[in-house]
Order: sequence, then C-alpha cells, then structure tokens
Amino acid sequence: MSTTLLFEQLLNGLQYGVTLFLMAAGLTLVFGVMGLINLAHGSLYMIGAFACAAVAAATGSFWLGLVASIVAAGFAGVLIEMLVIRRLYDRDHLDQVLATFALILILSEGCRMVFGSFPLYLDAPGFLAGPVTLFGGFQYSAYRLAIILVGGLVALGLYLLITKTRLGIRIRAGEADREMIAALGVNIGTLYTIVFAIGAALAGFAGAMMGAIQSVQVGMGEPVLILAFVVIVIGGIGSIKGALIGSILVGVVDTLGRVTLPGFFNLFMDTAAANSVGAALSSMSIYVLMAIILIFKPEGLVSNNA
Amino acid sequence: MPSLSRETYLNIFLSLALLVFPFIATAMDEPFYITLATRVAILSLAAVGLNLALGTGGLVSFGHAAFFGIGGYAMGILASHAQTYTPIFTWPFVIEGTNQMLIIWLVAIVMSGIAALFIGLLSLRTSGVYFIMITLAFAQMIYYFMISWPTYGGEDGLSIYVRNQFPGVNTLDPSSFFYICLVLMFAGLGLSAMIKNSRFGAALQAARQNEERLAATGIRPFNIKLTAFVISGMITGLAGALMADLNRFVSPTMLSWHMSGEIMVLVILGGVGRLYGPVVGALIFIIFEFIFGGMTEFWQFYLGLVLLGVVLFARGGAIGLLAGKARHD
Amino acid sequence: MTDQPVLEIQNLNKSFGALTATDDVTLDLKKGEIHALIGPNGAGKSTLIKQICGQLSSDSGKVIFNGRDLAGMDVADRARAGLGRTFQVSSLVMEFSALRNVMLAVQSKLGTSYRFFKNVRGDKSLTEPAMAALKRVNLEERAHIMTAELSHGERRQLEIAMALALDPKAFLLDEPMAGMGPEGSKKLIGFLDELRHEAPILLIEHDMDAVFSLADRISVLVYGRVIATGSVEDIRNNPAVREAYLGSAA
Ligand SMILES: Nc1ncnc2c1ncn2[C@@H]1O[C@H](COP(=O)(O)OP(=O)(O)OP(=O)(O)O)[C@@H](O)[C@H]1O
Ligand SMILES: [Mg+2]
Repeated sequence: MSTTLLFEQLLNGLQYGVTLFLMAAGLTLVFGVMGLINLAHGSLYMIGAFACAAVAAATGSFWLGLVASIVAAGFAGVLIEMLVIRRLYDRDHLDQVLATFALILILSEGCRMVFGSFPLYLDAPGFLAGPVTLFGGFQYSAYRLAIILVGGLVALGLYLLITKTRLGIRIRAGEADREMIAALGVNIGTLYTIVFAIGAALAGFAGAMMGAIQSVQVGMGEPVLILAFVVIVIGGIGSIKGALIGSILVGVVDTLGRVTLPGFFNLFMDTAAANSVGAALSSMSIYVLMAIILIFKPEGLVSNNA
Repeated sequence: MPSLSRETYLNIFLSLALLVFPFIATAMDEPFYITLATRVAILSLAAVGLNLALGTGGLVSFGHAAFFGIGGYAMGILASHAQTYTPIFTWPFVIEGTNQMLIIWLVAIVMSGIAALFIGLLSLRTSGVYFIMITLAFAQMIYYFMISWPTYGGEDGLSIYVRNQFPGVNTLDPSSFFYICLVLMFAGLGLSAMIKNSRFGAALQAARQNEERLAATGIRPFNIKLTAFVISGMITGLAGALMADLNRFVSPTMLSWHMSGEIMVLVILGGVGRLYGPVVGALIFIIFEFIFGGMTEFWQFYLGLVLLGVVLFARGGAIGLLAGKARHD
Repeated sequence: MTDQPVLEIQNLNKSFGALTATDDVTLDLKKGEIHALIGPNGAGKSTLIKQICGQLSSDSGKVIFNGRDLAGMDVADRARAGLGRTFQVSSLVMEFSALRNVMLAVQSKLGTSYRFFKNVRGDKSLTEPAMAALKRVNLEERAHIMTAELSHGERRQLEIAMALALDPKAFLLDEPMAGMGPEGSKKLIGFLDELRHEAPILLIEHDMDAVFSLADRISVLVYGRVIATGSVEDIRNNPAVREAYLGSAA
C-alpha cells in the first residue's frame, strides 16, 4: 500500500473520529453530570441530519441547514429532557435503557412518518465539494478536511466551556456533588436541561455534517451511537478527554483496519479469501481494541476518579 | 401458603390456554395463528433466558441478541450443510451438517454458552452502565462479523428449504412444531424457576442486591454472575435455533441490537423477575404486532409509546397490573 | 498447636490520596481473647478491618492468618478461610428474610453454592444451622421477617448470626453494639464474653463500658497509628491515650 493512500486513510480515520467525538462528548457529559445512559442520542444525530437536509433542500443553502440542525436537535433535546428524561434521573439503569429505547422507536418511526423511508441526499456546499491540494501535491477531500477542522474547534470550544466558563464550573460541580450545587443556589433542573441540550445539539451537528457524506435516513444514528459507546468505554465514562482520545483511536483503528487487513491476509491467502477474512475481521477490530483495553483498564483509559 | 396467589392463577390459565391453543386456532380455521403462537413460545423462551440474568441476577444485558443469533446461525449453518451434503470443515477432522433438531439444539446451546462465557468474562469485570454498553458492543461485533463474512450469506442471511427433523414427530405440521417449542418453553420456565429457588439462585439474588455481603459471606459474586450469564445465554441461544427453524431463515437481523432491545422489552412488558413475565411479555408483543402491524406500518411508534408508558408509570409490567406486587419470602 | 497468634497484622498501610488512613499498623489476635480496637472517629479502624478482609487493598504490609499470608486472596477467599466480619453499617440482603440471609452463609460454609435444582425452602441442611445461629443472637422469632423490615438493632444481630454461621476462626466485629439499646447491648456483652472461647474477636467499639468489661487487650488507634496496646489497666492509665483520646472523658 502506498504512503499517500495510507495517509488519506489516516485522515479519513481522523475525520470519522472527530464525528464520533461530537457524539461521544454529549453522551459522556450527560452520563457524567446526570448519571443517565441515553440510547436515544443517535436519534438526535438523525434529527440533525434530517433538519439539515430538509432546510438545505428548501432554501438551497447548506449553511442554513447546518444552523437548522443545531437548532432542531437542541430544541428536540430540551423537549425530550423536559418530557421524559428528567423522570429518569432517579431511576435505575434498566429503566433508563428501556425508556430511551422506547424513545428511539418513537423518534425513528416518527421521522419515517414525516420523511418516508427513502433516504434524502445532502450535498456539501460548492466550494468544499472538490479536493484540496495539501503539501507535496497530496489531494484530499475539502469537505472532510473541513469536518476535521470544525470538529477540532468544537472540541477546543467544549474544553474551554468546561474548564473556563461559569457554566462549565457548575457542570463540573454537578458532576461531583448534586447536593452541593443545589446548595449553591444553582437551579439544578435548568442546568440539566442545558447540559442535555448541548449534547443534543452536538449530536445534531455531527449528523448534519455526516449527512453530506452518507445518505440521510432513518436509523442512521444507531451505528454511530454504538461506536460512541465503544469510545466511552475505551475513554472512561464521564471524561471529555477520554472521549476525545477514544474517538480518535476508534476512528483511526476502524478505518485503517478496513484498508490494511485484507492486504495483510493476502500475504498468505489468495485474494478472495483474504478479502473476506480481512473484511470480517476488520469489522471486529475496534471491539477487539475495546476488549484489550477492558482487560487492562476496566475503567477506561482516562479514569474518572483522578 | 394458605391459598394460591393471583399470579399463580394467571400462570396456570396462561399455560392451559397455550396448551389448547392449536385446537382453538384450528376450530377458528386460522392456522396462521398457530405460527403466531409458536413465535410467542419461542420469544418467551428467549426472554426466559434473559430474565434469569436480568430479573434474578440484575445483569442488564443489552446484548442477548448475540446468543439468539448464534443459536439461529447454529441452525442455519448445520442445516445448510446437510442440505448441500457438504461438510462444514474437513480439517483437522470432518464435521458434517445435520438436519436433526436435537443435535442442532445441542450445538446452539454450546455455541451460545461459549459466546456468553467470553462476553461475560470481559463485561462482568465492570458493572452498571459499562456492563450495558459492553454487552451491546460485543453483540454488535458479532452482528458486523456475520454481515461482512460472506460464507453464510452475509447481509442476506441464509435460507433452508425444509424444517429440520425431530425423531417421531412430523415437524412440518405447524401444531407439532408448536408443541415442540411449547415443551421447550415450559422446560425453560421450569429450569429458571428451579434455579431461582436453588442455592445458586439464592447466591445470584444476593449478588443482585448486595455483592459486598455475598463476598463477605465467602461466595465470589463474579463466578456466580458469570455462571448465570452463561446459562442465560444458552437458553436464549436455544430459542434462537427454534426461531430460525420456524422461519427457515436466519440473518444478521437476529443479531441486531433491536433484537436485544426487543427481548428486553418482552421481559419488561410482562414484569421483571416474574416467572411468567416473559410469557406475558411475548404474548402482548405478538398480539400488539399482529393488531397494530395490520393497521399501520408505523406500529413500532405505538409500541414505543406503550413501552415508555410502562417504564414511566407501570413498572411492575402487565403481571404487576393484573396480580399486584411481587411476593417475597 | 503452638502459641502463635491466630491473626497477625504487620505494618499495614493505606492512604486515600493525601490522607493516611492506616499508618504502619501492627497488632495481633491470640486464641481465646478479645482484642478491642478503639480510637476517635476517622481514626482508621474500619479501614483496617477492610484491609484485613481484602475489601481494600493495602499499600504495604502483611496479614497473616493461621500462619498463612493472605496476600492475593480476595474477600470471598478470606471469608472462607475463616474471617467472620460484621459491617459497621449493616450490609445485608434486604429482600431476603433474616433466615435466608443466614442460609446464604450456611451454604457458603458447606461450599454448595453451585447447586441448581433443589429448593432451599425447607432444606434442613440449610435451615437448621441457620436457625441455630439466629437463636444464638435471640433473633429466631424474627427469622421469617424481611430484612428490610427489621429494626436497626436486629440487623446488627443478624450480621453477627451470619458471621456465626460461617463458623469462623476469628471474628472481626465493627461496632456491633451501635444502635442496639441498653438491653440488647447487655445481652450482646454476655454473648461475646462466651464467644471468645470459640474464636478470638477483634472488636471495634465506641461503647467504653463494653470495651473495658470485655477486652483482654486494647489497642488505641489515632490518625491511623497505634499509639498504645495493653491491658485495660495499662490503657486507662496511659497518659498518651488520655491526652489523645480519652482526653476530656477521663
Ligand atoms: N474509600 C475512601 N476514600 C477516601 N477516604 C476514605 C475512604 N474510606 C475512609 N476514608 C477516610 O479514612 C479515614 C478513616 O476512616 P475509617 O472509616 O477507617 O474511620 P473509623 O476509625 O472507622 O471511624 P468511625 O469511628 O467513624 O467509624 C477517614 O478520614 C475517612 O474519611
Ligand atoms: Mg468505622
């Protein structure tokens, strides 16, 4: 395999990792602050993508679509939190899993009722449609590069939000001690709604950006959600830093596994067999990664206790 | 006990109703209902498996589709090789396919047990949300593996032409196959009731409620939970083999996380930790699917609403509504 | 049998971050004795018990039980090796009756937790020893009551019954009198007085009357350190103890 191809795949992995991070960050925040496991996080990703596709189709502007995705997913997040999620904070994980699984059914089927079963298509904005030339004449998709940059900026923004702002301090306090923050006179209910909405908006934003690469369809959030879980298990629940490390790791390992494993098996198998074995095994690579990390660090790479 | 509880009456009534159901369906001239009832029996068995881990042991597995699907593929792989008269593999020794249900069941149970052992060994090192996410992830790993492995149909799955055989029974007759499944369902219920009341069951319930105490008493919670998880996976695996036989088809859908969610929903709709919870749950699910599925293609939307309602407002499930709070001893 | 102590604790240490909970603790428990461990709140007494039982891993030091180093053994191993402990805050199976809690200990003692078929209800090999243990702590009339419905003091008794059912070679009791009314405490004192002949007791207790009437030896733990070990008289008269611990009380 050539170095350029490898480099291209590495960037693809990074781009995928950044998208995963936008998902995982919301999940891990919600878990860290409210102690809630939210299976319906993937539905918010889907809502973002549909909102973007619908608005972009109606107005012709991808950018308006992108704004719409954040607004729609954030608004859906507020609604869901106020109607359902806040009844679940004091429940056990089983109830949380079931209720949010029910939300998936409702949101997915609801989306199908509105938009139908056929996928929608979303085009990247014109000036990002082609490739850009990086150093040494190396060409790469401008849109994917933009995702990496934007994702990186969002990650930075989130970091600053949590470490530097007043809201962030409250979020971290809420993580440490619910009673304490309530005693400080912060309205805990509002804080939770805000945290949930931030997570939802991030997921919707990720969905919209990915919508221009994949097709926009019902159920699109679910594979990403499960990968985001893997990311969180690897990174350590509740840790934004862990989510970042885990996302990049999963994105890169997954992407590289897909391109390198068939070639690797081709060294000692015929091409057809190598392709099928390679494909089958590469689909497992990140789970194997997760298993290995679990064996050595059951609490994830970035332990939350520190 | 002076008198039988309402729950016991409900259980007896359900058992009898299922036993005579084929006659009713035949009298109504609705043979398709027998297939529906067979699905109830099989899904019940799958949920009985999960209920052992989840209800008795408090292990919230979101990956039981893995065992259900492995059971299904055990059937599909063995039967498809028998169908084409090709051995499954020839080295280091020859293994042929088979169309004998008894062998298929055994293989399904053993394979899903092995899978549960590995998944359990890793996931039981953790608890709480981690456990949920890890069981989900490993099931997903098997799902993607079957999708990308082309030998047994990949994404399209695997069909077989005729139902497998059982000594002395015409399995092609829907009623006969229904009774096979029903007997296994009762066996599963009996087994799980027995386990729950046994010494092991006592330790398992203690592991759910207070691990620290169990360990201080000299019983290692990890081993108890792992054993329960493996038995649970085996029961669900057997159900998977039956389901594949009923449909004469197995595909990665059986391994998908929606399937895991569905099995869990069955347990919850009926009532967690209740002996007949899985049966009631499966019954409600199939009836719901049959009625609403006939009216609208969006029936799962309404299923979601019902499920949400049950979780938020009726935590005892249907048995809780019908028969009151669970009894303890 | 030589006169070797049943339980030897050698140089145990445990820190939680900057806080040193146990600091180079060395003490032992001899056959037939009650060794009381006293000290102010937060001195590290419960931490020490947890280290002995394997619930907390030690930063350094050794626990030797019946001549055997317990390193590498987990909580369940150590319980089966014969360490019968009670928790400071009762830790019981709440949805079980008192009897079934004790039956759990009996089945552990018998090593029969992997039996899947026989119903435990009415299984005499479990119920009889369990009933006997409940009787010893005067709880037999409450045997069929759900643990969640037992009073605080009854739960303390149940904790002891579970330890008894394990037939341990040493008892580690973390404040068994707490929450037990004067009548109950008196009975318990009488009971522990006898119990020491079955197996020695490491007794953590804030009730000084109980400690002074029961203990063969007393160790005083302050800020994780053993500042004195000796007979009741020694401890009463030890100036360091008076100052650090009994201070105002004496
Ligand atoms: N898991 C833990 N993490 C951090 N600090 C702990 C932990 N367990 C105990 N501590 C601290 O260690 C110190 C010793 O606690 P320990 O419970 O051993 O005291 P104790 O002597 O049993 O007190 P008491 O008489 O109140 O029961 C206390 O300051 C306590 O706050
Ligand atoms: Mg203490």
